[in-house]
Amino acid sequence: MTRAPQTAAVNEPVVRVEDLSVAFSARGAWRSVVAGVSFAIGRRETLALVGESGSGKSVTALAMMRLLPRGATRTTGRVLLHGRDLVALPEAGMRAMRGNALAMIFQEPMTSLNPSLTVGDQISEVLRQHRRMRFAQAKAETLHLFDKVRIPAADRRFGEYPHQLSGGMRQRVMIAMALACRPKLLIADEPTTALDVTIQAEILALIRRLQEEEDLAVLFITHDMGVVAELADRTAVMSAGAIVESAETARLFAAPREAHTRMLLSAVPRLGSMRGIRRPARFPLAGAAGGEAVAEEDVNGGPAATPDGTGLPDAGAPPLLKVRGLTVRFDSSSGFFGRSTARVHAVEDVSFDIRPGETLALVGESGCGKSSTGRAILRLVRAHSGAVEFAGRDVLALPKSDLGFLRRDVQMIFQDPFASLDPRMRIGAAIAEPMLVHGVASRRTVPERVAELLAEVGLEAAMADRWPHEFSGGQRQRICIARALGLAPKLIIADEAVSALDASIKAQIVNLMLDLQRDLGLAFLFISHDMAVVERISHRVAVMYRGEIVEIGPRAAIFENPQHAYTRRLLAAVPVPDPAHRGLRRIFDDADPQPPLRAMGDPPVRRRWRTVAPGHAVQV
Amino acid sequence: MKSLRFVAGRAVQGVIVMAGVSLIVFFALFLTGDPAAVMMPPDANRAEIEAFRHAMGYDDPILVQYLRFVGGVASGDFGRSLRFQRPAFDLLFERLPATALLAVTALLWSSLLGFVLGTLAAVRKNGAIDFAIRVISLLGQAVPVFWLGLLLIIVFSLKLRWLPSGGIGTPAQLVMPSLALGAYYFSAITRLVRASLIEVLGENYIRTARAKGTSEWRIVVHHAMRNALIPVITVQGMYFASLLGGALITEIIFAWPGIGRLAVDSIQTKDFPVVQAVVLFAAFVFVVTNFLVDVAHVFLNPRVRL
Repeated sequence: MTRAPQTAAVNEPVVRVEDLSVAFSARGAWRSVVAGVSFAIGRRETLALVGESGSGKSVTALAMMRLLPRGATRTTGRVLLHGRDLVALPEAGMRAMRGNALAMIFQEPMTSLNPSLTVGDQISEVLRQHRRMRFAQAKAETLHLFDKVRIPAADRRFGEYPHQLSGGMRQRVMIAMALACRPKLLIADEPTTALDVTIQAEILALIRRLQEEEDLAVLFITHDMGVVAELADRTAVMSAGAIVESAETARLFAAPREAHTRMLLSAVPRLGSMRGIRRPARFPLAGAAGGEAVAEEDVNGGPAATPDGTGLPDAGAPPLLKVRGLTVRFDSSSGFFGRSTARVHAVEDVSFDIRPGETLALVGESGCGKSSTGRAILRLVRAHSGAVEFAGRDVLALPKSDLGFLRRDVQMIFQDPFASLDPRMRIGAAIAEPMLVHGVASRRTVPERVAELLAEVGLEAAMADRWPHEFSGGQRQRICIARALGLAPKLIIADEAVSALDASIKAQIVNLMLDLQRDLGLAFLFISHDMAVVERISHRVAVMYRGEIVEIGPRAAIFENPQHAYTRRLLAAVPVPDPAHRGLRRIFDDADPQPPLRAMGDPPVRRRWRTVAPGHAVQV
Repeated sequence: MKSLRFVAGRAVQGVIVMAGVSLIVFFALFLTGDPAAVMMPPDANRAEIEAFRHAMGYDDPILVQYLRFVGGVASGDFGRSLRFQRPAFDLLFERLPATALLAVTALLWSSLLGFVLGTLAAVRKNGAIDFAIRVISLLGQAVPVFWLGLLLIIVFSLKLRWLPSGGIGTPAQLVMPSLALGAYYFSAITRLVRASLIEVLGENYIRTARAKGTSEWRIVVHHAMRNALIPVITVQGMYFASLLGGALITEIIFAWPGIGRLAVDSIQTKDFPVVQAVVLFAAFVFVVTNFLVDVAHVFLNPRVRL
């Protein structure tokens, strides 16, 4: 499916953006958000607009659609769509263009559809508006669109509401809505960022195929260089509201000119970059604003704190955490008084060990039970059965009052660093609190400890007096890590701890975690759906699917010799940040990673395991 | 099918609430001490009190009394009014049309106007119209009903002599009571519709609708209103229920012969069976209205439909 670059089409662009600038009004003053952006996109061409959060990508797109709030924003420049300047159109004229000549799909398929209208109604509305179709005609056309975006059972889906559809299906509905009137230009603003990696692969393939069929010009906004390499003909890199570099994608990846582009590219976790390396390794980061200096030795070096100098935890050491047959079930209530009729087997018969100083990654897609596993270990949710042994003590059998050691020695870091810090608590106090609660520091000694911890996570001691809102996402995650470190834990459960961060920040936090592991001998249970990060950080990997571990083994074995079909699917779905690799990936059927709902009293299914190699086992 | 189960479940919950209310209403009788002594005039002698106690059945075991009470209520017998020597139920029902007329009028104008002004304010957020509407609705909620009622009487009855100051029977007599009573609800609904609509208009799916080229008018009416109405309907149901239970202050100021005045009079004359009937009735109306609101939700909100 590789395509020749559409050089002819570039000469005659569908859309030409000239010197587009956007300013927001803030407290009476105009603040420039997008400054002098220019680009053109031809027929069947995909231009990727990439950059970190806040670089102005989405604002550029919304300005092209003229969806920014009037009054509070000021847009100048020209957006020429087939020669007509959208910026200068009167509002009524622009409304006739939206959803008709140009259309847009958004990042959040969960919230971008109206919850109280059927999806059929929402799609056919476009046709009734712009094509003046009658209801029956619009419905027939909508069913045809459902087929086009590969939504099965179109007849039934027409009358369904968004909450009845999965995230991937909703994004298909959004695409159907956008393409209903056969627009010339499709703007896709991070359309797959909120989706699981296998669903992402399907949606990207769909967009690419529809682009061929409809001769679309596509403006694809993303921060994911893997996705860029996958489908963009040309790429424009944005930083601080301006395009800093723009080139054909292959050229940009092969020979980036600007430091910012190099920084973005170096921060991209590349699956397979760890081939032949036995232990976790830091990301080599190109020097750029906020980045770290290139550390060449890291590629082959990395944490080497263990006595034998290999950086691998001692395989003979007794496990720090021993999980056996852990099972978590949630009742699914229905009926008159919420009587339980069925159960979600969120976690089913999960067993693994973590040794001191080791990182075990628990990977899988949303709803597969990986977070519930982490919470059950800490007794934040109740385990239905099984055993959890931490430092030789049976965690599940102890009374709540005796769990102090667990709350001290096992710490958690969460995905959303914005929600995990009390907005009305200075960060110094937030870091000090657990130490005071557990009595590991006194009121007198605690400020000194806080200063040490801040230094340890790469922040300044003077920042202790600041409020959480004064920090960026990456800095907040550092603060959360500092808070966790205060109690000198033996194990940190990191639940999607870097998933919400920009690539370069993500790499920095992963590097920090690796440094801390080297210096402090920490063990991590690293819960993530991001295979490329997992490949960097983990010693061993457990793959979860539908509430169960289906494959577990050393990192190299899982990534280089995956045995279970789901592991292979997960790996194959990861976008590869290499334009030359494009089109080699297969597309998969829709499969549901979530655990099935079972009737009460269903007998448990006994699973059988096959040992591939010592320490590498797969469910059969 | 599932929505039917949901509705049935809510109905069962309503019955349980009513059973609880009946318990409270029944035992409230004993809270003030010996009911016979409380209800009889202060100069009654011991024998008279005893005779009354026996006649009312207050000397039976408490469980027997409660079951008799519940059985009576279930068959429409709330006991006899001590003051009027007539069934309490009849007294209540005589007053119901007056209260219902006042309640429906007040709620109708306040809802309609509140709905229109709330929508207008939301669409013109932070503009001059919005500002004016916000000031009006703030005043409406801040002004106490007794003050507004008296002010209306002074201006329109005493000074201008346009409207009668009380009583029931002509449309002119309905104007001031419903105005005074509805002012609060008008303000509350205006503010609620405005807030709810502004929130919904900021949702991602409204941006999607704009990206489709949908007109602002259709976005408000078709895309936003249905979602914005969900909290409004809930609150309106509660307002209506509390209005039907009798508007105490308004009915007294305007000499409106409704349930609210009956309740106040009965409390003052220690006419306990009537008080019980009024409280039970108010609770019943509340339960039924809430049930209807739940049913409305099933139609408005597909997520409740399951």
